Amino acid sequence: MESLSIGKSVSELHELLVNKNISATELTKAYIDRIQAVDPDLQAYLTVLEDQALTQAAEVDQRIAQGEVLGALEGIPMALKDNMCTEGVRTSCASKMLENFIPPYNATVTDRLRTAGTILLGKVNMDEFAMGSSTENSYFTKTRNPWNLEYVPGGSSGGAAVAVAADEAAFSLGSDTGGSIRQPAAFCGVVGMKPTYGAVSRYGLIAYASSLDQIGPLTKTVRDNALVMNAIAGYDPLDSTSVPQDKPDYTKFLVNDIKGLKIGFPREYFGEGIDPDVARGIQASIQTLINLGAEVAECSLPHTEYAIPAYYLIATAEASSNLARYDGVRYGFRAEADDVLGMFRQTRAEGFGPEVKRRIMLGTYALSSGYYDAYYLKAQKVRTLIKQDFDRAFEKFDILLSPAAPTPAFKFGEKVADPLAMYLSDITTVPINLAGIPAISIPAGFVNGLPIGLQLMGKALDEGTLYRAAYTFEQNTQYHTLKPNLAREVLTCGSR
Amino acid sequence: MTISREDVEYVAALARLELTEQETQEYTEQLNSILGYAAMLERLDTSDVQPTAHAVPLHNVLREDQVKSSINHEKALRNAPDGEEGFFRVPKISLT
Repeated sequence: MESLSIGKSVSELHELLVNKNISATELTKAYIDRIQAVDPDLQAYLTVLEDQALTQAAEVDQRIAQGEVLGALEGIPMALKDNMCTEGVRTSCASKMLENFIPPYNATVTDRLRTAGTILLGKVNMDEFAMGSSTENSYFTKTRNPWNLEYVPGGSSGGAAVAVAADEAAFSLGSDTGGSIRQPAAFCGVVGMKPTYGAVSRYGLIAYASSLDQIGPLTKTVRDNALVMNAIAGYDPLDSTSVPQDKPDYTKFLVNDIKGLKIGFPREYFGEGIDPDVARGIQASIQTLINLGAEVAECSLPHTEYAIPAYYLIATAEASSNLARYDGVRYGFRAEADDVLGMFRQTRAEGFGPEVKRRIMLGTYALSSGYYDAYYLKAQKVRTLIKQDFDRAFEKFDILLSPAAPTPAFKFGEKVADPLAMYLSDITTVPINLAGIPAISIPAGFVNGLPIGLQLMGKALDEGTLYRAAYTFEQNTQYHTLKPNLAREVLTCGSR
Repeated sequence: MTISREDVEYVAALARLELTEQETQEYTEQLNSILGYAAMLERLDTSDVQPTAHAVPLHNVLREDQVKSSINHEKALRNAPDGEEGFFRVPKISLT
């Protein structure tokens, strides 16, 4: 059954299920086999839920047998980043602190995907507490880029991107605070959407920086991405920052036509720090869009260079507050100590990894008495300027375009020693989170055999236009059809 | 401005983090490097700019104050490192 199912998009798998070419159980088994074959090398999964997945698949098969009409995601095997709560299934945030944490409730996205009939294959690796750009900060393991095992998959949703790129899941959900969906999607050659802040509920997403965090889908195709958004987006009373909008049917924007669409490319996203090969690749994408009838022109987002410091002050300040809850009392790791204050300090010293501690330190400093105005408040004001840059650009353009990341994937260890260098690599993604707008990364070529991503940015709640442009680009290019060259015996294995 | 070792120790105490000698040194260097970079924000005149706390502002998000069921006691305590008779148990609290 593997040759029939593995590597297919969600919409193709749906057809196979509807036409009874394959059962949900067979499909799920094929994915479990695939995980067992490639994950020892790739290390995308922290938890694989074979029994639970097969039980869920059997339920779908029963509904098929009863002649029920199958929903678009029914019977589709998928993976969740390990910072989304799953009742009864460990949710570790890739941290020692939550190594044994079993949530007593589901995140809203978990519930919605369950209602949609998807099969949860497992929980995937990430940078600890979603802090990082390479998934090297996981307490548990290093996830490898399927295009070249010596390279990082990006982060923080590295496992979610690899699971989709290497066909270990039909789709996955990641979270994006400063690029954590789009950058790994770019590094692994898949489609990754960071929706508008508030478009997808954050209830049950373990918080990093609450004013920036947003959940979104990683998929093989743009159509799949819209299908998953249909299932997870929409108002949720359990998230007070959820936007009370009537959710559109995102698939209705999937038209192969961008004639007259006004696209701006901000010059600040093509300057210093951008790999010349990446810039050339994106220039070629611009030409493709022009050939398809888009009106493309240069524009300026003048405060872009201030986005990194503003982001790292705001994100770490919020993180220092959010992570104060890990005190060894109610859940999570506890270190032994004679008194309660010592227990707090030792628990946090042993339970958090170096990057998490660094960000807690930075954020605590930025919020501390005497420095609040100079750092945190100043950063929030600069955030306003960055948002106004986008507002002005969107008066003239329907969408904006840039590289999703300044470089292709880098090697393990390359940036670990220098946190500031790692932070600077987020320049193309963090301004979008500060402005709260949606952005999508789609496959746009290769540099030295490693994928690069084209980032499209849209107006708040205008994911539709992003899907239209992304779909048109995808339908007229071939990048998304290319697969990483994993061992051949793996690709054809285990036909049962 | 520079961040001293004492600043780092003070912030670590606020953050309830026990740092090793090596961590104290590393974080002193790294916070200096990162905040040195962040100093570029001072170049911007923001005296007339309002701060943005949330990019998509929603105001007065209220709901009816209705009693609803929530997770039960047993479930809420299941992840606790230590507990007894429906309570979380912690080491002694000393005030010195």
